[in-house]
Amino acid sequence: MSGKDLDIYVHHITRVEGHGNIVVDVKKGELKEVKLEIIESPRFFEAMLVGRRFPEAVHIACRICGICSISHTAASIKAVEDALGIKPTWQTETLRKILMDAEMLDSHALHSFFLAAPDFFGVPSVIPMVSTHSEVIKTAINLKKLAHDICDVMVGRHTHPISMVVDGFTNLVTEEQMEELLGKIKQAQKEDVPRMLDFFSKLKFPQFERRTNYNCLVNPEEYPFYDGMIKSSEAGVYKPRDYKQKIAERVVDHSTAKHAFGPVKPYMVGALARFNTNYKQLLPEAQKAAKLLKLEAPSYNPYHITLAQVVEIVHCLESMSRHIEQLLSRGIKDERAERPPLAGWSAKLPPVKKSWGVGVVEAPRGLLIHEYRINGNGAIDAANCIIPTAQNLANIEADMRELVPQILDRPKEEIVQLLEMLVRSYDPCISCSCHLLKVDFVG
Amino acid sequence: MAKPKVAFFDFTCCEGCQLTVLSIGEKLLDLFGAVEVVNFREASSYKGQDYDIAFVEGSIATPKDIERIKEIRKRAKVVVALGACAHIAGVNAIRNFHNQQEIKKMVYGDKAWVFDSILAQPIDAVIKVDYYIPECPIDKEEFLRFVTQLLNNMKPFIPDYPVCVECKMKGNVCNYHKPNPIICLGPVTRGGCGAICPSAGNACEGCRGLVPDANLEAMEWLLSEYGVSAEDKFRLYRMYNGLMGMKK
Repeated sequence: MSGKDLDIYVHHITRVEGHGNIVVDVKKGELKEVKLEIIESPRFFEAMLVGRRFPEAVHIACRICGICSISHTAASIKAVEDALGIKPTWQTETLRKILMDAEMLDSHALHSFFLAAPDFFGVPSVIPMVSTHSEVIKTAINLKKLAHDICDVMVGRHTHPISMVVDGFTNLVTEEQMEELLGKIKQAQKEDVPRMLDFFSKLKFPQFERRTNYNCLVNPEEYPFYDGMIKSSEAGVYKPRDYKQKIAERVVDHSTAKHAFGPVKPYMVGALARFNTNYKQLLPEAQKAAKLLKLEAPSYNPYHITLAQVVEIVHCLESMSRHIEQLLSRGIKDERAERPPLAGWSAKLPPVKKSWGVGVVEAPRGLLIHEYRINGNGAIDAANCIIPTAQNLANIEADMRELVPQILDRPKEEIVQLLEMLVRSYDPCISCSCHLLKVDFVG
Repeated sequence: MAKPKVAFFDFTCCEGCQLTVLSIGEKLLDLFGAVEVVNFREASSYKGQDYDIAFVEGSIATPKDIERIKEIRKRAKVVVALGACAHIAGVNAIRNFHNQQEIKKMVYGDKAWVFDSILAQPIDAVIKVDYYIPECPIDKEEFLRFVTQLLNNMKPFIPDYPVCVECKMKGNVCNYHKPNPIICLGPVTRGGCGAICPSAGNACEGCRGLVPDANLEAMEWLLSEYGVSAEDKFRLYRMYNGLMGMKK
């Protein structure tokens, strides 16, 4: 192995969202350089938000990402509500939690089946698997369709939701619609979940461990996606409003997405960070699924992110069922007359004071933070968004630095394959991370 | 007969349109049966360079994008702009109305020189486009209908009436007639979305672009009638239609 030269350049990694390259340079057995180049064009979302009135922000912010637009919507709305001191009703928050679960289901199904699984069968995409694994592909399509049905009924569509706005919904789902969705969810739990677990329990994941710092939301009430405090396994628990003291963004030359660093070292966000931190709060069905998949908390193997996503799919289905049952037992009330939701282009808006707010949620790929500063005219003066993938980039590079020397004696094709699988397992969302934010303003 | 070779490409965007294609349910399997997908980076590692139909998503936003889109035009027989970013530059164009040096500095600080970007443009600012599938993101049904018509040598149908036509057909109460009126671009926006936003209780923000021969004067009158200030009008039009008038 010593004395080996290795030069890897993977141009436009496929089956990830956005554009990135992997660069590895080994000279005489010594690792000279490892990097994940991000070449997505800059998008300047923070700048786009400046000058917009606060309720307009949500329909711009959600367009940062086509996969996790519900998470961006939720984070944007929560930042505005935090700034204006609005506390939404139980019903509004419960509906939002169902939507977060549905998006988690859609995104994880897309990644685990369509983007990650082909690697385990040596095929370039899911298309050849349509004939070799038709049942599995149908399961994936069913799960994705379920998520889309839920979002279509509740907020008009999944990608770029329409009726989810500040302090409520412009259109309210009916009890009959919710009952129908509940039926579909139960059917998926009965039919699709066992097929999914059977498929993923048979995949052989690469062996590689590197313990890192795991960051995610924590909440004593539940396994949180929608709300909570932020926990870093190195820096402890802190309030979302304090995130700037804990997370630093840095511009690096090879990436149009800024890298985010924790106070101590690179850190991981996303399904595995959540699984490792909040395992005990997973619903019983999901804990059972983890046992079946032989995924134990904590797992230090980043390739296991895909498995943690599968566990979360089981959790989200059960969580949605429970939330819908609660809603139905209390009855869905039209709260719009008493509390008109603040839609983007309402002709009349309440007066606001100069303020700032932070909204944090767990997007499918991890911690997502929006921060807005609102002026006395209700317009946004400054915005900042911290995106999950930007937080994972430094951690992916740290993984690659540790992994490459361990596998240097293998054929180049295999090394490339393992590196691509590693990057892919983080399910990076590169479009998102190139939203390009303003970093330095003090709240 | 050989199956037509189809490729999907993404430029500056959220990739929500490609994801919409991946979300058409069982019909995705029919689509994969009817065409040969040779390039779909979001979904496949195979990168074929020989294709008949190119679906292009996203805006042109860097000098490199210009070269890449020209290359795609050379290879493809048919180029289809997929979604608002490719069609009318979408929300990307919002930043065109800010000072470019300032926003670059705002984001990258003293490293602003490292990253190249130009004003966001629709793809037909650079190449000839054969067809457009509008909306942000594209509508699943419209995409399927478009592909079916294209593959059967029919002229694909994209409606040329305003959103209001479909909104009326749905029996919605007009956004302007609600107790709390909502300012809506439905009267001047190309229909075909099924008035999806007004039907979900929200405003049409114009993502399908202007309807041919849009009566902007009447729209101007309507907005003024509702006390919409000049600033508010700019911001509303500049959600999606900031570049209107610059297009033929």
